Amino acid sequence: MSTAATLLAATGSLEPAARSFLSPTGQEVVFLLVGIAVFGSALVSVTTKQLVHAALWLVVALGGLAVEFLLLTAEFIAWVQVLIYLGSVVVLVLFGLMLTKAPIGRSPDADSKNRWVALVVALASAGTLVTLVVDAFRTSWIDLGAGGGSAAVTGASLFRHWVLPFEALSVLLLAALVGAIVLSRGDKRRVPPPRAAKLRAGRPVGSNGTVAATAPRTAPDAAASPAAAPGTAAADAAAPDAATAPSASEES
Amino acid sequence: MHLAYPVVLAALLFSVGVYGVLVRRNAVLVLMSVELMLNAVNLDLVAFDVWLRDSLHAGQALTLFTITIAAAEIGLGLAIVLLLFRARGTADIDRATALGDPAESLAVEEAPTGAEALKGQTAA
Repeated sequence: MSTAATLLAATGSLEPAARSFLSPTGQEVVFLLVGIAVFGSALVSVTTKQLVHAALWLVVALGGLAVEFLLLTAEFIAWVQVLIYLGSVVVLVLFGLMLTKAPIGRSPDADSKNRWVALVVALASAGTLVTLVVDAFRTSWIDLGAGGGSAAVTGASLFRHWVLPFEALSVLLLAALVGAIVLSRGDKRRVPPPRAAKLRAGRPVGSNGTVAATAPRTAPDAAASPAAAPGTAAADAAAPDAATAPSASEES
Repeated sequence: MHLAYPVVLAALLFSVGVYGVLVRRNAVLVLMSVELMLNAVNLDLVAFDVWLRDSLHAGQALTLFTITIAAAEIGLGLAIVLLLFRARGTADIDRATALGDPAESLAVEEAPTGAEALKGQTAA
């Protein structure tokens, strides 16, 4: 800790001409180390097979991000991050895991079967984004000055310039929480069983799809042999029933 | 501080969130990955606010708004997941296919047999 302080004191007053990747300042070193911890815990959080451990690794990642906000002199954001993310969001997630009876031990089916597709997409997005931002901000430097994100500055800008979005957002938050209560309360009166509605909804969709799928096939046949046109029309009319019969038997 | 450090970290965190959203089956874990992506954007917003020294502090104000919206989102999302679990007995999003379009799978299954039936009828 004292070495970090001396590093900050020694390298804090570098001239802009002396900036380079090869001589990182103390803040950059600390940011890099905490960033590695954040990235690693986020990676463990999305890959671990134990569901509750994933939520706990998410705590580490979000707490590390709060430290990064502190290093970027955004103090108020950092404490809001600690209060809201570590205090309420993770608790909500843990309650959600418990209320949906998540297994405590390892669950081998935590990942879906398209893992390699997801890995390719994630690596492609990571490569594209990192290449893009490194190329774009290669020569950009942040002049870190203390007090840029203190509660006084943030509050003044929030209530001087951003009052209308702030109030609209409070109404949105109220509406969302009332909606969450209404959704999760569970109604006393029983709704009619949804079986009939599901079948009624399933029949036209299946018939539409099969008619659309068989129509191009029947068209050349009808053009080639006009005598067979009634036969294909009958088959076309019979196809929806044959198509919806398996779905009805599956759903009932 | 070089701007590349926070921006690259945000890009990597966003990609981790994308991987989590695509690969997880439990709906609560998908919501957690969405939170990771939102936090990556928050880091970008704070870094650009400190870099540009905006007099309105737009970056930090937008970060606060994003955090609020994320809280609302996870509250509503978990309520919906609980409702799904109560109705289906599972929070597995691979099995929540009631609103999916059954026409595609049915068409794929039925198309060859339909063509064979048609061929048989025209031959007859």
